[in-house]
Amino acid sequence: MISLFRRPLPFVTVMAALIVSWYAAAYFLNAPQAINLMDPDDTNNFWAVVQAAWSMDRPVLPTPDQIAANLADSIFNYPLNSPRNFLLQTAYTAETAITGLIIGTLLGTLIAIGIVHARVLDRALMPWVIASQTVPILAIAPMVMVALGNIGLTGLPPKAAIVAYLSFFPITVGMVKGFRSPDSMQLDLMRTYNANGAETFFKLRWPVAVAFLFPSLKVAVALAVTGAIVAELPTGAQVGLGARLLAGSYYGQTMMMWGALVLASLLALSLIGCVRLGEVALTRARGGRL
Amino acid sequence: MAETVIAAAPAIAAPAPPRTVIEAEKLNIAFAAADRPVVALQDVDLTVAEGDFVSLIGPSGCGKTTLLRAIADLAPLTSGTLTVNGMSPDQARRNRAYGYVFQAPALFPWRNVQRNVTLPLELIGMTKEERERRAAENLALLGLKDFAKKFPWQLSGGMQQRVSIARALSFNPSLLLMDEPFGALDEITRDSLNLHVHELWRRTGMTAVFVTHSIPEAVFLSTRIVVMSARPGRVLRVIESRLPAQRTLDMRDDPAFVAVAHQVRESLREGHSYD
Repeated sequence: MISLFRRPLPFVTVMAALIVSWYAAAYFLNAPQAINLMDPDDTNNFWAVVQAAWSMDRPVLPTPDQIAANLADSIFNYPLNSPRNFLLQTAYTAETAITGLIIGTLLGTLIAIGIVHARVLDRALMPWVIASQTVPILAIAPMVMVALGNIGLTGLPPKAAIVAYLSFFPITVGMVKGFRSPDSMQLDLMRTYNANGAETFFKLRWPVAVAFLFPSLKVAVALAVTGAIVAELPTGAQVGLGARLLAGSYYGQTMMMWGALVLASLLALSLIGCVRLGEVALTRARGGRL
Repeated sequence: MAETVIAAAPAIAAPAPPRTVIEAEKLNIAFAAADRPVVALQDVDLTVAEGDFVSLIGPSGCGKTTLLRAIADLAPLTSGTLTVNGMSPDQARRNRAYGYVFQAPALFPWRNVQRNVTLPLELIGMTKEERERRAAENLALLGLKDFAKKFPWQLSGGMQQRVSIARALSFNPSLLLMDEPFGALDEITRDSLNLHVHELWRRTGMTAVFVTHSIPEAVFLSTRIVVMSARPGRVLRVIESRLPAQRTLDMRDDPAFVAVAHQVRESLREGHSYD
Protein backbone atom coordinates (compact mmCIF):
# COMPACT_ATOMS: atom_id res chain seq x y z
CA MET A 1 0.00 0.00 0.00
CA ILE A 2 2.78 2.41 0.87
CA SER A 3 4.45 1.83 -2.50
CA LEU A 4 1.15 2.81 -4.10
CA PHE A 5 1.42 6.31 -2.66
CA ARG A 6 5.14 6.69 -3.21
CA ARG A 7 5.09 5.54 -6.83
CA PRO A 8 1.57 6.09 -8.08
CA LEU A 9 2.35 6.01 -11.83
CA PRO A 10 1.80 2.28 -12.50
CA PHE A 11 -1.48 2.30 -10.61
CA VAL A 12 -2.69 5.51 -12.27
CA THR A 13 -1.78 4.15 -15.73
CA VAL A 14 -3.87 1.00 -15.27
CA MET A 15 -6.68 3.09 -13.81
CA ALA A 16 -6.66 5.44 -16.81
CA ALA A 17 -6.66 2.52 -19.25
CA LEU A 18 -9.63 0.98 -17.41
CA ILE A 19 -11.61 4.22 -17.48
CA VAL A 20 -10.95 4.80 -21.19
CA SER A 21 -12.04 1.27 -22.10
CA TRP A 22 -15.06 1.61 -19.80
CA TYR A 23 -16.30 4.72 -21.64
CA ALA A 24 -15.61 3.00 -24.99
CA ALA A 25 -17.57 -0.08 -23.86
CA ALA A 26 -20.40 2.12 -22.59
CA TYR A 27 -20.59 3.74 -26.02
CA PHE A 28 -20.70 0.42 -27.92
CA LEU A 29 -23.19 -1.22 -25.54
CA ASN A 30 -25.54 1.72 -25.16
CA ALA A 31 -25.39 3.29 -28.66
CA PRO A 32 -27.94 0.95 -30.35
CA GLN A 33 -30.61 1.80 -27.77
CA ALA A 34 -29.59 5.42 -27.62
CA ILE A 35 -30.01 5.74 -31.39
CA ASN A 36 -33.50 4.28 -31.14
CA LEU A 37 -34.49 6.90 -28.60
CA MET A 38 -32.85 9.85 -30.35
CA ASP A 39 -34.21 12.39 -32.76
CA PRO A 40 -33.54 10.59 -36.12
CA ASP A 41 -31.94 13.76 -37.53
CA ASP A 42 -29.11 13.58 -34.95
CA THR A 43 -28.15 9.92 -35.47
CA ASN A 44 -25.48 10.82 -38.00
CA ASN A 45 -23.85 13.21 -35.56
CA PHE A 46 -21.23 11.00 -33.83
CA TRP A 47 -20.73 13.28 -30.85
CA ALA A 48 -24.46 13.51 -30.21
CA VAL A 49 -24.71 9.71 -30.22
CA VAL A 50 -21.80 9.46 -27.81
CA GLN A 51 -23.40 11.97 -25.45
CA ALA A 52 -26.70 10.12 -25.60
CA ALA A 53 -25.02 6.75 -24.99
CA TRP A 54 -23.22 8.15 -21.93
CA SER A 55 -26.27 9.72 -20.34
CA MET A 56 -29.10 7.24 -20.66
CA ASP A 57 -31.58 6.81 -17.81
CA ARG A 58 -31.40 3.02 -17.91
CA PRO A 59 -28.18 2.19 -19.73
CA VAL A 60 -26.88 -1.32 -20.39
CA LEU A 61 -23.55 -0.15 -19.01
CA PRO A 62 -23.58 3.07 -17.01
CA THR A 63 -20.48 5.27 -17.14
CA PRO A 64 -18.34 5.78 -14.02
CA ASP A 65 -19.57 9.37 -13.65
CA GLN A 66 -23.21 8.18 -13.79
CA ILE A 67 -22.52 5.57 -11.11
CA ALA A 68 -20.78 8.15 -8.94
CA ALA A 69 -23.61 10.66 -9.39
CA ASN A 70 -26.18 7.99 -8.55
CA LEU A 71 -24.28 6.98 -5.43
CA ALA A 72 -23.85 10.58 -4.33
CA ASP A 73 -27.57 11.19 -4.85
CA SER A 74 -28.47 8.18 -2.69
CA ILE A 75 -26.02 9.08 0.04
CA PHE A 76 -26.60 12.84 0.29
CA ASN A 77 -30.23 13.31 -0.77
CA TYR A 78 -31.83 10.66 1.43
CA PRO A 79 -31.72 10.45 5.23
CA LEU A 80 -29.38 7.83 6.71
CA ASN A 81 -32.31 5.70 7.87
CA SER A 82 -33.94 5.61 4.44
CA PRO A 83 -33.65 2.27 2.62
CA ARG A 84 -32.81 4.30 -0.48
CA ASN A 85 -29.60 5.44 1.19
CA PHE A 86 -26.76 3.17 0.06
CA LEU A 87 -24.81 3.75 3.28
CA LEU A 88 -27.60 2.13 5.30
CA GLN A 89 -27.54 -0.90 2.99
CA THR A 90 -23.75 -1.06 3.22
CA ALA A 91 -23.99 -0.97 7.01
CA TYR A 92 -26.35 -3.98 6.96
CA THR A 93 -23.97 -5.93 4.74
CA ALA A 94 -20.96 -4.89 6.84
CA GLU A 95 -22.75 -6.04 10.01
CA THR A 96 -23.41 -9.45 8.44
CA ALA A 97 -19.90 -9.77 7.02
CA ILE A 98 -18.09 -8.72 10.22
CA THR A 99 -20.25 -10.83 12.55
CA GLY A 100 -19.83 -13.85 10.29
CA LEU A 101 -16.13 -13.19 9.91
CA ILE A 102 -15.60 -13.11 13.68
CA ILE A 103 -17.57 -16.34 14.14
CA GLY A 104 -15.75 -17.91 11.18
CA THR A 105 -12.34 -16.90 12.52
CA LEU A 106 -13.06 -18.30 15.99
CA LEU A 107 -14.57 -21.47 14.56
CA GLY A 108 -11.75 -21.89 12.02
CA THR A 109 -9.12 -21.46 14.73
CA LEU A 110 -10.86 -23.91 17.08
CA ILE A 111 -11.09 -26.52 14.31
CA ALA A 112 -7.40 -25.97 13.51
CA ILE A 113 -6.46 -26.42 17.18
CA GLY A 114 -8.44 -29.66 17.25
CA ILE A 115 -6.87 -30.92 14.03
CA VAL A 116 -3.34 -30.16 15.21
CA HIS A 117 -3.73 -31.63 18.69
CA ALA A 118 -5.72 -34.79 17.99
CA ARG A 119 -4.81 -37.15 15.20
CA VAL A 120 -8.33 -38.56 15.25
CA LEU A 121 -9.75 -35.08 14.54
CA ASP A 122 -7.25 -34.65 11.70
CA ARG A 123 -8.64 -37.79 10.07
CA ALA A 124 -12.25 -37.12 11.06
CA LEU A 125 -12.58 -33.40 10.37
CA MET A 126 -10.25 -32.46 7.53
CA PRO A 127 -12.19 -34.28 4.76
CA TRP A 128 -15.41 -32.57 5.93
CA VAL A 129 -13.72 -29.20 6.07
CA ILE A 130 -12.67 -29.58 2.45
CA ALA A 131 -15.98 -31.11 1.36
CA SER A 132 -17.86 -28.20 2.94
CA GLN A 133 -16.29 -25.83 0.44
CA THR A 134 -17.15 -27.91 -2.61
CA VAL A 135 -20.87 -27.29 -2.09
CA PRO A 136 -21.97 -24.16 -3.99
CA ILE A 137 -22.89 -21.49 -1.47
CA LEU A 138 -25.76 -20.36 -3.71
CA ALA A 139 -27.35 -23.80 -3.20
CA ILE A 140 -26.75 -24.02 0.51
CA ALA A 141 -27.68 -20.46 1.50
CA PRO A 142 -31.47 -20.79 0.99
CA MET A 143 -31.48 -24.09 2.90
CA VAL A 144 -29.66 -22.52 5.83
CA MET A 145 -32.18 -19.67 5.77
CA VAL A 146 -35.15 -22.06 5.79
CA ALA A 147 -33.66 -24.38 8.42
CA LEU A 148 -32.66 -21.60 10.81
CA GLY A 149 -35.86 -19.70 10.11
CA ASN A 150 -37.80 -22.74 11.27
CA ILE A 151 -36.19 -22.61 14.69
CA GLY A 152 -36.95 -18.93 14.93
CA LEU A 153 -33.61 -17.51 13.81
CA THR A 154 -34.17 -14.76 11.27
CA GLY A 155 -32.36 -11.57 10.31
CA LEU A 156 -28.69 -11.44 11.19
CA PRO A 157 -27.96 -14.94 12.66
CA PRO A 158 -28.66 -17.05 9.55
CA LYS A 159 -26.80 -14.58 7.31
CA ALA A 160 -23.83 -14.52 9.68
CA ALA A 161 -23.91 -18.33 9.71
CA ILE A 162 -23.54 -18.39 5.92
CA VAL A 163 -20.64 -15.95 6.08
CA ALA A 164 -18.99 -18.01 8.83
CA TYR A 165 -19.49 -21.14 6.73
CA LEU A 166 -17.50 -19.55 3.91
CA SER A 167 -14.84 -17.73 5.89
CA PHE A 168 -13.81 -20.39 8.40
CA PHE A 169 -12.14 -22.42 5.65
CA PRO A 170 -9.10 -20.25 4.81
CA ILE A 171 -8.64 -19.65 8.55
CA THR A 172 -8.58 -23.37 9.33
CA VAL A 173 -6.19 -24.17 6.48
CA GLY A 174 -3.86 -21.29 7.39
CA MET A 175 -3.90 -21.95 11.14
CA VAL A 176 -3.32 -25.70 10.75
CA LYS A 177 -0.25 -24.82 8.72
CA GLY A 178 0.73 -22.21 11.32
CA PHE A 179 0.27 -24.43 14.37
CA ARG A 180 2.40 -27.08 12.67
CA SER A 181 5.17 -24.64 11.77
CA PRO A 182 7.33 -24.80 14.95
CA ASP A 183 10.35 -26.94 14.09
CA SER A 184 11.33 -30.03 16.05
CA MET A 185 14.11 -28.13 17.82
CA GLN A 186 11.69 -25.52 19.17
CA LEU A 187 9.35 -28.30 20.31
CA ASP A 188 12.25 -30.19 21.93
CA LEU A 189 13.23 -26.98 23.69
CA MET A 190 9.78 -26.70 25.24
CA ARG A 191 10.08 -30.36 26.27
CA THR A 192 13.36 -29.69 28.08
CA TYR A 193 11.47 -27.04 30.07
CA ASN A 194 8.86 -29.68 30.94
CA ALA A 195 6.23 -27.43 29.32
CA ASN A 196 2.74 -28.94 29.09
CA GLY A 197 0.49 -28.83 26.03
CA ALA A 198 -1.15 -25.54 26.97
CA GLU A 199 2.20 -23.84 27.68
CA THR A 200 3.63 -25.10 24.39
CA PHE A 201 0.52 -23.81 22.66
CA PHE A 202 0.57 -20.32 24.13
CA LYS A 203 4.35 -19.77 24.20
CA LEU A 204 5.21 -21.41 20.87
CA ARG A 205 2.42 -22.61 18.55
CA TRP A 206 0.15 -19.58 18.85
CA PRO A 207 2.84 -16.89 18.36
CA VAL A 208 4.08 -18.76 15.27
CA ALA A 209 0.59 -19.29 13.87
CA VAL A 210 -0.51 -15.67 14.29
CA ALA A 211 1.71 -14.74 11.35
CA PHE A 212 -0.33 -17.17 9.23
CA LEU A 213 -3.60 -15.66 10.44
CA PHE A 214 -3.28 -12.44 8.43
CA PRO A 215 -3.00 -13.85 4.89
CA SER A 216 -5.86 -16.21 5.78
CA LEU A 217 -7.93 -13.30 7.10
CA LYS A 218 -7.47 -11.38 3.85
CA VAL A 219 -8.89 -14.29 1.87
CA ALA A 220 -11.63 -14.70 4.48
CA VAL A 221 -12.61 -11.02 4.19
CA ALA A 222 -13.18 -11.33 0.45
CA LEU A 223 -15.25 -14.47 1.02
CA ALA A 224 -17.15 -12.83 3.88
CA VAL A 225 -18.35 -9.89 1.76
CA THR A 226 -19.36 -12.23 -1.08
CA GLY A 227 -21.05 -14.50 1.45
CA ALA A 228 -22.93 -11.61 3.08
CA ILE A 229 -24.29 -10.50 -0.30
CA VAL A 230 -25.29 -14.04 -1.29
CA ALA A 231 -26.94 -14.48 2.10
CA GLU A 232 -29.05 -11.34 1.50
CA LEU A 233 -30.56 -12.74 -1.71
CA PRO A 234 -32.87 -15.54 -0.51
CA THR A 235 -34.46 -13.61 2.39
CA GLY A 236 -36.79 -11.91 -0.03
CA ALA A 237 -34.11 -9.32 -0.58
CA GLN A 238 -35.09 -7.07 2.33
CA VAL A 239 -31.91 -5.26 3.32
CA GLY A 240 -28.27 -4.98 2.34
CA LEU A 241 -26.24 -4.52 -0.82
CA GLY A 242 -27.34 -7.97 -1.99
CA ALA A 243 -30.96 -6.81 -1.82
CA ARG A 244 -30.08 -3.72 -3.84
CA LEU A 245 -28.35 -5.89 -6.43
CA LEU A 246 -31.39 -8.12 -6.74
CA ALA A 247 -33.83 -5.19 -6.90
CA GLY A 248 -31.63 -3.53 -9.50
CA SER A 249 -31.66 -6.60 -11.69
CA TYR A 250 -35.46 -7.03 -11.35
CA TYR A 251 -36.15 -3.50 -12.47
CA GLY A 252 -33.33 -3.09 -14.98
CA GLN A 253 -31.73 -0.45 -12.75
CA THR A 254 -28.13 -1.04 -13.77
CA MET A 255 -26.93 2.05 -11.91
CA MET A 256 -28.32 0.67 -8.68
CA MET A 257 -26.51 -2.63 -9.29
CA TRP A 258 -23.23 -0.93 -10.06
CA GLY A 259 -23.59 1.29 -7.03
CA ALA A 260 -24.02 -1.81 -4.85
CA LEU A 261 -20.99 -3.40 -6.51
CA VAL A 262 -18.82 -0.35 -5.91
CA LEU A 263 -19.81 -0.17 -2.25
CA ALA A 264 -19.30 -3.92 -1.79
CA SER A 265 -15.76 -3.67 -3.09
CA LEU A 266 -15.09 -0.57 -0.97
CA LEU A 267 -16.38 -2.51 2.04
CA ALA A 268 -14.07 -5.44 1.29
CA LEU A 269 -11.14 -3.06 0.75
CA SER A 270 -11.67 -1.29 4.06
CA LEU A 271 -11.98 -4.60 5.91
CA ILE A 272 -8.73 -5.75 4.32
CA GLY A 273 -7.27 -2.40 5.40
CA CYS A 274 -8.26 -3.22 8.99
CA VAL A 275 -6.56 -6.62 8.72
CA ARG A 276 -3.48 -4.88 7.35
CA LEU A 277 -3.51 -2.45 10.32
CA GLY A 278 -3.51 -5.38 12.72
CA GLU A 279 -0.67 -6.97 10.78
CA VAL A 280 1.39 -3.76 10.89
CA ALA A 281 0.76 -3.33 14.63
CA LEU A 282 1.91 -6.87 15.40
CA THR A 283 4.94 -6.53 13.12
CA ARG A 284 5.94 -3.36 15.00
CA ALA A 285 5.53 -5.12 18.34
CA ARG A 286 7.86 -7.83 17.08
CA GLY A 287 10.59 -5.40 16.14
CA GLY A 288 9.80 -5.21 12.42
CA ARG A 289 9.38 -8.82 11.40
CA LEU A 290 6.28 -10.95 11.60
CA MET B 1 32.79 -6.12 56.12
CA ALA B 2 35.87 -8.23 56.72
CA GLU B 3 33.86 -10.76 58.69
CA THR B 4 31.47 -11.32 55.83
CA VAL B 5 34.36 -12.08 53.51
CA ILE B 6 35.89 -14.56 55.93
CA ALA B 7 32.55 -16.23 56.50
CA ALA B 8 31.93 -16.58 52.78
CA ALA B 9 35.36 -17.84 51.83
CA PRO B 10 35.23 -21.39 53.23
CA ALA B 11 31.89 -22.02 51.55
CA ILE B 12 33.50 -21.45 48.16
CA ALA B 13 36.76 -23.19 48.90
CA ALA B 14 35.35 -26.31 50.62
CA PRO B 15 35.90 -29.19 48.18
CA ALA B 16 32.69 -31.16 47.84
CA PRO B 17 33.10 -34.90 47.37
CA PRO B 18 32.48 -35.62 43.69
CA ARG B 19 28.95 -36.87 43.25
CA THR B 20 27.83 -38.90 40.23
CA VAL B 21 25.58 -36.79 38.04
CA ILE B 22 25.10 -39.06 35.04
CA GLU B 23 25.43 -42.81 35.07
CA ALA B 24 24.81 -44.96 32.00
CA GLU B 25 25.13 -48.72 32.07
CA LYS B 26 24.81 -51.08 29.09
CA LEU B 27 22.83 -48.41 27.31
CA ASN B 28 21.29 -49.47 23.99
CA ILE B 29 19.28 -47.30 21.68
CA ALA B 30 17.85 -48.50 18.37
CA PHE B 31 15.54 -46.70 15.97
CA ALA B 32 12.90 -48.48 13.92
CA ALA B 33 13.69 -48.34 10.21
CA ALA B 34 12.11 -49.76 7.06
CA ASP B 35 14.00 -53.11 6.94
CA ARG B 36 15.65 -53.60 10.33
CA PRO B 37 16.24 -51.39 13.37
CA VAL B 38 19.21 -49.01 13.20
CA VAL B 39 21.44 -49.39 16.25
CA ALA B 40 22.42 -45.89 17.36
CA LEU B 41 24.11 -46.86 20.64
CA GLN B 42 25.41 -50.26 21.74
CA ASP B 43 26.35 -51.16 25.31
CA VAL B 44 27.41 -47.67 26.28
CA ASP B 45 28.78 -47.15 29.77
CA LEU B 46 29.40 -43.61 30.95
CA THR B 47 29.88 -41.92 34.29
CA VAL B 48 29.92 -38.17 34.70
CA ALA B 49 30.86 -36.77 38.10
CA GLU B 50 29.83 -33.42 39.49
CA GLY B 51 31.97 -30.61 38.09
CA ASP B 52 33.17 -32.66 35.13
CA PHE B 53 33.35 -31.20 31.68
CA VAL B 54 32.84 -34.21 29.43
CA SER B 55 33.09 -34.00 25.65
CA LEU B 56 31.58 -36.63 23.39
CA ILE B 57 33.58 -36.81 20.17
CA GLY B 58 33.35 -39.12 17.19
CA PRO B 59 32.52 -39.34 13.50
CA SER B 60 29.04 -38.61 12.15
CA GLY B 61 26.59 -41.35 13.07
CA CYS B 62 28.45 -42.48 16.21
CA GLY B 63 25.42 -41.67 18.35
CA LYS B 64 26.94 -38.84 20.36
CA THR B 65 23.92 -36.61 19.83
CA THR B 66 21.62 -39.56 20.56
CA LEU B 67 23.43 -40.15 23.85
CA LEU B 68 23.02 -36.49 24.81
CA ARG B 69 19.35 -36.58 23.81
CA ALA B 70 18.85 -39.73 25.90
CA ILE B 71 20.33 -37.95 28.93
CA ALA B 72 17.90 -35.09 28.29
CA ASP B 73 14.97 -37.50 27.86
CA LEU B 74 14.55 -36.37 24.26
CA ALA B 75 15.26 -39.89 22.92
CA PRO B 76 13.87 -43.11 24.42
CA LEU B 77 16.15 -45.94 25.61
CA THR B 78 15.84 -49.40 24.11
CA SER B 79 17.57 -51.15 27.02
CA GLY B 80 20.05 -50.53 29.82
CA THR B 81 19.93 -48.04 32.63
CA LEU B 82 20.52 -44.33 32.67
CA THR B 83 20.26 -42.04 35.66
CA VAL B 84 20.58 -38.27 35.91
CA ASN B 85 21.05 -36.94 39.44
CA GLY B 86 20.04 -40.42 40.61
CA MET B 87 16.70 -40.15 38.83
CA SER B 88 15.38 -41.51 35.57
CA PRO B 89 15.92 -39.09 32.64
CA ASP B 90 12.17 -38.44 32.60
CA GLN B 91 12.09 -37.46 36.29
CA ALA B 92 15.23 -35.38 35.86
CA ARG B 93 13.65 -33.49 32.97
CA ARG B 94 10.50 -32.91 34.98
CA ASN B 95 12.69 -31.48 37.75
CA ARG B 96 14.39 -29.23 35.20
CA ALA B 97 17.74 -30.77 36.06
CA TYR B 98 19.57 -29.48 33.02
CA GLY B 99 19.88 -26.66 30.50
CA TYR B 100 20.11 -27.74 26.88
CA VAL B 101 21.86 -25.93 24.03
CA PHE B 102 20.93 -27.14 20.54
CA GLN B 103 22.93 -27.25 17.32
CA ALA B 104 21.09 -24.14 16.17
CA PRO B 105 20.16 -21.24 18.49
CA ALA B 106 16.42 -22.14 18.25
CA LEU B 107 15.49 -18.66 19.47
CA PHE B 108 11.92 -17.46 19.11
CA PRO B 109 12.09 -14.68 16.49
CA TRP B 110 9.02 -12.87 17.87
CA ARG B 111 10.71 -12.39 21.25
CA ASN B 112 13.58 -10.04 21.82
CA VAL B 113 16.82 -11.29 23.38
CA GLN B 114 15.70 -10.60 26.93
CA ARG B 115 12.34 -12.31 26.50
CA ASN B 116 14.03 -15.30 24.88
CA VAL B 117 16.19 -15.67 27.96
CA THR B 118 13.22 -15.28 30.32
CA LEU B 119 11.13 -17.90 28.48
CA PRO B 120 12.06 -20.83 30.78
CA LEU B 121 11.61 -18.57 33.81
CA GLU B 122 8.06 -17.72 32.69
CA LEU B 123 7.33 -21.44 32.62
CA ILE B 124 8.66 -21.82 36.15
CA GLY B 125 6.32 -19.05 37.20
CA MET B 126 8.89 -16.53 38.35
CA THR B 127 7.84 -12.90 38.84
CA LYS B 128 8.57 -10.47 36.04
CA GLU B 129 11.02 -8.53 38.19
CA GLU B 130 12.99 -11.62 39.15
CA ARG B 131 12.95 -12.88 35.55
CA GLU B 132 14.40 -9.66 34.25
CA ARG B 133 17.05 -9.55 36.96
CA ARG B 134 18.16 -13.10 36.14
CA ALA B 135 18.13 -12.40 32.39
CA ALA B 136 20.26 -9.29 32.86
CA GLU B 137 22.75 -11.30 34.94
CA ASN B 138 23.07 -14.09 32.41
CA LEU B 139 23.25 -11.76 29.44
CA ALA B 140 26.02 -9.82 31.15
CA LEU B 141 27.86 -13.09 31.79
CA LEU B 142 27.90 -13.74 28.04
CA GLY B 143 28.75 -10.17 27.06
CA LEU B 144 25.29 -9.41 25.72
CA LYS B 145 24.26 -6.69 28.15
CA ASP B 146 23.64 -4.11 25.41
CA PHE B 147 21.62 -6.43 23.20
CA ALA B 148 18.72 -7.28 25.54
CA LYS B 149 16.18 -5.36 23.46
CA LYS B 150 17.43 -6.57 20.07
CA PHE B 151 15.60 -9.25 18.13
CA PRO B 152 17.38 -12.51 17.22
CA TRP B 153 17.59 -11.72 13.51
CA GLN B 154 19.46 -8.53 14.32
CA LEU B 155 22.35 -10.54 15.84
CA SER B 156 25.14 -12.56 14.25
CA GLY B 157 25.09 -16.36 14.43
CA GLY B 158 27.65 -16.41 17.24
CA MET B 159 25.69 -13.90 19.29
CA GLN B 160 22.49 -15.85 18.74
CA GLN B 161 24.16 -18.98 20.07
CA ARG B 162 25.39 -16.99 23.09
CA VAL B 163 21.78 -15.92 23.73
CA SER B 164 20.75 -19.57 23.61
CA ILE B 165 23.45 -20.39 26.19
CA ALA B 166 22.21 -17.55 28.39
CA ARG B 167 18.71 -18.98 28.04
CA ALA B 168 19.91 -22.46 29.03
CA LEU B 169 21.62 -20.97 32.10
CA SER B 170 18.70 -18.74 33.07
CA PHE B 171 17.31 -21.04 35.76
CA ASN B 172 20.77 -21.93 37.11
CA PRO B 173 20.80 -25.62 36.21
CA SER B 174 23.68 -27.59 37.71
CA LEU B 175 24.00 -29.57 34.47
CA LEU B 176 24.51 -28.07 31.03
CA LEU B 177 24.04 -30.24 27.95
CA MET B 178 25.38 -28.86 24.67
CA ASP B 179 24.87 -30.49 21.28
CA GLU B 180 27.50 -29.20 18.81
CA PRO B 181 26.56 -25.65 19.72
CA PHE B 182 29.29 -24.07 17.62
CA GLY B 183 29.30 -26.46 14.65
CA ALA B 184 27.85 -23.88 12.29
CA LEU B 185 30.15 -21.02 13.30
CA ASP B 186 33.45 -19.79 11.86
CA GLU B 187 36.64 -20.63 13.71
CA ILE B 188 37.26 -17.18 15.16
CA THR B 189 33.77 -16.99 16.62
CA ARG B 190 34.11 -20.55 17.83
CA ASP B 191 37.36 -19.73 19.68
CA SER B 192 35.76 -16.82 21.45
CA LEU B 193 32.69 -18.86 22.41
CA ASN B 194 34.92 -21.67 23.68
CA LEU B 195 36.51 -19.12 26.01
CA HIS B 196 33.05 -17.97 27.13
CA VAL B 197 31.95 -21.54 27.88
CA HIS B 198 35.19 -22.35 29.66
CA GLU B 199 34.88 -19.25 31.85
CA LEU B 200 31.26 -20.05 32.65
CA TRP B 201 32.10 -23.59 33.61
CA ARG B 202 35.01 -22.48 35.82
CA ARG B 203 33.01 -19.77 37.48
CA THR B 204 29.85 -21.77 38.18
CA GLY B 205 31.41 -25.18 38.82
CA MET B 206 28.56 -26.82 36.94
CA THR B 207 28.71 -30.16 35.20
CA ALA B 208 28.78 -30.09 31.39
CA VAL B 209 28.35 -32.62 28.62
CA PHE B 210 29.43 -31.28 25.26
CA VAL B 211 29.02 -32.95 21.86
CA THR B 212 31.54 -31.91 19.23
CA HIS B 213 33.28 -32.85 15.98
CA SER B 214 36.31 -30.76 16.78
CA ILE B 215 39.37 -32.23 18.48
CA PRO B 216 40.87 -28.86 19.59
CA GLU B 217 37.51 -27.77 20.97
CA ALA B 218 37.12 -31.03 22.93
CA VAL B 219 40.65 -30.86 24.35
CA PHE B 220 40.39 -27.17 25.17
CA LEU B 221 37.14 -27.46 27.13
CA SER B 222 37.14 -30.91 28.71
CA THR B 223 38.30 -32.66 31.82
CA ARG B 224 37.38 -35.93 30.13
CA ILE B 225 36.98 -36.78 26.47
CA VAL B 226 34.75 -39.68 25.46
CA VAL B 227 35.82 -40.98 22.05
CA MET B 228 33.05 -42.82 20.20
CA SER B 229 32.98 -44.94 17.05
CA ALA B 230 30.21 -45.39 14.50
CA ARG B 231 28.04 -48.26 13.28
CA PRO B 232 27.16 -49.25 15.92
CA GLY B 233 27.72 -46.25 18.22
CA ARG B 234 30.06 -47.30 21.00
CA VAL B 235 32.36 -45.72 23.54
CA LEU B 236 35.91 -46.50 22.40
CA ARG B 237 37.93 -44.80 25.06
CA VAL B 238 37.69 -42.19 27.79
CA ILE B 239 40.67 -39.85 27.84
CA GLU B 240 41.42 -37.87 30.99
CA SER B 241 42.83 -34.46 30.24
CA ARG B 242 45.20 -33.23 32.94
CA LEU B 243 45.62 -29.75 31.50
CA PRO B 244 45.53 -26.91 34.04
CA ALA B 245 42.08 -25.81 35.14
CA GLN B 246 42.51 -22.29 33.80
CA ARG B 247 42.87 -22.52 30.03
CA THR B 248 43.85 -20.01 27.37
CA LEU B 249 43.68 -20.16 23.61
CA ASP B 250 47.49 -20.04 23.37
CA MET B 251 47.69 -23.24 25.37
CA ARG B 252 46.70 -25.10 22.26
CA ASP B 253 50.31 -24.92 21.08
CA ASP B 254 51.69 -26.42 24.33
CA PRO B 255 53.15 -29.94 24.10
CA ALA B 256 50.73 -31.16 26.80
CA PHE B 257 47.73 -29.94 24.80
CA VAL B 258 49.12 -31.38 21.55
CA ALA B 259 49.71 -34.71 23.29
CA VAL B 260 46.09 -34.99 24.43
CA ALA B 261 44.87 -33.97 20.98
CA HIS B 262 47.12 -36.62 19.46
CA GLN B 263 45.75 -39.25 21.83
CA VAL B 264 42.19 -38.33 20.77
CA ARG B 265 43.13 -38.54 17.09
CA GLU B 266 44.78 -41.95 17.59
CA SER B 267 41.65 -43.23 19.35
CA LEU B 268 39.46 -41.95 16.53
CA ARG B 269 41.73 -43.76 14.06
CA GLU B 270 41.36 -46.99 16.04
CA GLY B 271 37.62 -46.61 15.61
CA HIS B 272 38.13 -46.33 11.83
CA SER B 273 36.85 -42.77 11.91
CA TYR B 274 39.20 -41.81 9.11
CA ASP B 275 38.46 -44.76 6.77
